[in-house]
Amino acid sequence: MTHALSPSRRQMLAAGFGSVVLPGTLSAQAPAQRPTELRIGVTTFLSGPASVFGVPGRQAAEMLAEEINREGGIGGVPIRLFFVDEAPGIDHLVGEFRRLVQNERVDVMFASISSGSCLACTPLAEELRKVTLLWDCGTQRIFEERRYQYAFRTQANATPEILAPLLYLMKTRPDFRTIAVLNQDYAWGRDSWEIWKTAMDVLKPGTRVVAELFPRFGATDFSAEVTRLLALRPDVILSTSWGGELDTFIRQANERRLFERSTFVLPLAESSLERVGRTLPAGHIVGSRGDHWHQHPRPANPQALQRFVEGFRRRTNAYPIYPAYHMAQAFSALRAAYARALQGGAAWPSDAQLAAAFNGLEFDSPTARMRIREDGQGLEPQLIGTTAHTDRFPFPVLDNMVIFPPELVTTPVGQNSVAWLRTLTPEILARVPDAIRAG
Amino acid sequence: MGGWFQDNGPLLGLALLDGIASAALIFMVAVGLNLVFGVLRVLNVAHGSLFAIGAYAAASVGVFAASAGLPAWASLPALLLAAILVGLVLGPLVERLLLRRIYDEEPVLQLLVTFALFMILEDAQKLIWGVQPVSFSTPVSLLGTVDVPFGADVIPYNTYQVILLPLVAVATLAGLALFLRRTLTGRVIVAVTTDREAATAMGIDARRVFLLTFTFGAMLAALGGALSAPTTSLVPGIGASTIVLSFAVVATAGLGQIEGAALTALMIGIGRSVAVTFAPELEVVVPYMIMVLVLLVRPQGLFGVVETRRI
Amino acid sequence: MTLPRMEALLGLLVAALLVLAALSTPWMKFVLTIALAKGIAVLGILLLLRAGQVSFGHALYVAIGAYSVAFLAPSIPDAALLLPAAALVATLAGALIGLFVSRYREIFFGMLNLALSMVFYSMLEKFYHLTKGTDGIRVPPLTAAGMTLDRVTFEWTVFATALVLALAFGAFARAYLLSPMGEALGAIKTRETRLEFMGVSPRRVLLSAYILSAMMAGCAGALVAMTTRHVTPLLSYWTASGELVFIAILGGAGGVLGPFLGAIAYELVRVYAAATVADMWQMILGAVLLLVILFARGGIWGLLSARAGKGAGA
Repeated sequence: MTHALSPSRRQMLAAGFGSVVLPGTLSAQAPAQRPTELRIGVTTFLSGPASVFGVPGRQAAEMLAEEINREGGIGGVPIRLFFVDEAPGIDHLVGEFRRLVQNERVDVMFASISSGSCLACTPLAEELRKVTLLWDCGTQRIFEERRYQYAFRTQANATPEILAPLLYLMKTRPDFRTIAVLNQDYAWGRDSWEIWKTAMDVLKPGTRVVAELFPRFGATDFSAEVTRLLALRPDVILSTSWGGELDTFIRQANERRLFERSTFVLPLAESSLERVGRTLPAGHIVGSRGDHWHQHPRPANPQALQRFVEGFRRRTNAYPIYPAYHMAQAFSALRAAYARALQGGAAWPSDAQLAAAFNGLEFDSPTARMRIREDGQGLEPQLIGTTAHTDRFPFPVLDNMVIFPPELVTTPVGQNSVAWLRTLTPEILARVPDAIRAG
Repeated sequence: MGGWFQDNGPLLGLALLDGIASAALIFMVAVGLNLVFGVLRVLNVAHGSLFAIGAYAAASVGVFAASAGLPAWASLPALLLAAILVGLVLGPLVERLLLRRIYDEEPVLQLLVTFALFMILEDAQKLIWGVQPVSFSTPVSLLGTVDVPFGADVIPYNTYQVILLPLVAVATLAGLALFLRRTLTGRVIVAVTTDREAATAMGIDARRVFLLTFTFGAMLAALGGALSAPTTSLVPGIGASTIVLSFAVVATAGLGQIEGAALTALMIGIGRSVAVTFAPELEVVVPYMIMVLVLLVRPQGLFGVVETRRI
Repeated sequence: MTLPRMEALLGLLVAALLVLAALSTPWMKFVLTIALAKGIAVLGILLLLRAGQVSFGHALYVAIGAYSVAFLAPSIPDAALLLPAAALVATLAGALIGLFVSRYREIFFGMLNLALSMVFYSMLEKFYHLTKGTDGIRVPPLTAAGMTLDRVTFEWTVFATALVLALAFGAFARAYLLSPMGEALGAIKTRETRLEFMGVSPRRVLLSAYILSAMMAGCAGALVAMTTRHVTPLLSYWTASGELVFIAILGGAGGVLGPFLGAIAYELVRVYAAATVADMWQMILGAVLLLVILFARGGIWGLLSARAGKGAGA
């Protein structure tokens, strides 16, 4: 068995895994050669309940990659995608992250839908010195707790995504006195409620919280919760749930006429509209984790939005939901960053040079012009509306839309969200833009 | 204490109603698992997958029936039909191709065969039905709601959940009890459950009983799924959370005990809905706490029979 | 060559191969560290399997070990202290729970373990303010015996620790199984009452194996936490326990090398499946498991020792 010790066997071992053994000493600063392909690692949910977001994200990524490659790639280099499933757990994910960076030698990572995945991957990206775009996860903690050189977020975070619907509620239904919350029992559900409650306590002190319900993540039945909410009759019911759980909650609430008793605020319901259809009655507040809406009233580039929406529909037979738009933002930012780094005929950027190009970068989303702040956080507008039923669509559409400018609702650089929310005053309501009627 | 009941009595009543509705579904899934375990002595992890496939199939058949222009009432028989089909196709297939080969093996191997099957079916579901939530709530809207008085207020409940589901569960329980006690096949099944060696020695064809029981168990799992389909949105992963709850029911109930499964399901269902009303933090651990408490007092489960020890 | 001696030599050979493979790519070192850690946990399962008892909840102790590291790391950020601390916590938990579950056999034993691990899982999710819920806790960079190491050296240190622990636990488990305690374990599976006739308490025999297995799983959890540097409740979900039993069968329950061979094969199949078909890795793993059970019941170790047996006979 002595031949087992020879290097050829070693190489076979690694080559068996579809890659080449390369010296582990390539540093982030070393000047880079223009590669033959631009490799992008994408972590997303391909199984489990969160695949309702992960798979549309993947479909959008594949569509965009094809589009970019048809146009000659990024900086003349065609792109190739490597997908990783987030569902098997973080220990598996960080291993896969390493595999993509160290073995597949990806040039850039798009990390994670789950906040937990992002919290684990971002420090790892920093240690491995690999440019990582946080393409969808919501946690605001990332850039508030630490500075990163290689990680950037190409969308907003939980704070604006929750503050905007609260401001919308206060503007459109100012006289609510009681509220109940039903969120999934995990970080997003807990954190989003903390953000809402902190802001509500300073903007509308004295509002009574009559129930805080955190059913198990992945619960399939909310009958007991609906009963409790029916009995309590709160003015407002907040739920930041999503996916199958939100669908079930909406359906059970509708069947048992809970929508007649309370106004619902559903900051993520844009992603459920097409599925729940008219089960969701008119007159309830819906958000989309950004300004993502295929009937956006004032898109920055109407043709681009339409092309994206139609392309996605052709491919998947469904309207794009927010993770699809988030994926488009990540691609757009990446293109803009390479364009910036290659400006004036510069050589192909190293990891560090590419990272530098993201600071203060401006890029287009299908609906707006976006910017990445100096702390890595993206500035993204928030679109909130009220459901309405029309003959044009078999599902509710948004009406009375307010597009919140990111500066109004995003925590300033270097501040902690909860601390910043405590400094808000009701005066902020005066700065909320006017509602736009659906056209 | 009396004062507490005065204040919270009506709430407790509502919680009981919710508990009974959810107990009905828990029972439907767990009883099939328990029956299969009692007879085959195989703890079928893939039972959860059969539940999920039954649910998805029911939703597909229901949606198809609706698009084919069938009247809304047809959705109820459609659910049943889907469940029976799933059981009839998958049950024998799994028993013949996989389980039959491992009856004489160690329990751990039997368990793992069904675990492997579970893993395969999890991904297979995704290939067939995709990952977007699937739903089919026609039966629920068809049956409408019943208003339950609550002080001066009324609380609307789904007729489907608080009346139909418990009725189906009770009918299943009664039907199973009659079948096992009054029919020849049923008695044969009981005989194999109680003492496999003796039953085989007396000329009972255990293999036929296994095939029959497993198919029946698969049908019950699928029926549980089909019945739950109208009340929820089907997403990848529902099988995994269903099975672990059913395990708790089976161990608490006592192996092969259908009445035990009914009582346990009722305890878990009501325990959880009472928890949601009065102590929401405890809801998730209720099934396991009940199980641990019962097993502390009765190591063979609620209705379990103490087996004579092997010498 | 006798089988035990072959086992020892083969163990050293596998260890050498692992070092080479870990040298080949940095990512391989990561995968193999996890595999070694899981192998150590599975070694504990193997002890229980010898008594015919399957714990469908041993991920509980892996999670306890991992969370001990995560909770203690801010106050004692040193791997050399955290590892024994985690093992101690897991051992204590194992002793406490073992007193309860060692009264039960077969399905009740399996299900009780499952239930307790699910209770722990639910608590990790529920006590959000303590555990950060499903997001999990990140483990900060650690020192090793007082030394501040850079990332790569630290990774090598954990890998080496895992390897040494694997060899030590493997040797210990083999001696244990050959000792009277090990024989008594086997007797629980075949004729438990006979033990009682002989004045041996089967419960005590099972309990001691259970505590040992909890300690091994706790060490495994600590190693996992130091390698992935992030712990989540999923570590104690029932599928994670199923995975450990899966590895035990894949590797083969016949010898102490089995768990490690199984864990390495499992991790490699898993990452390879995930790399080629990211959304169907479960199906591939399931198919592998089915094939092993149906056609190679002794697992990898069974295949190897059968071949060795033939070689010796010829």
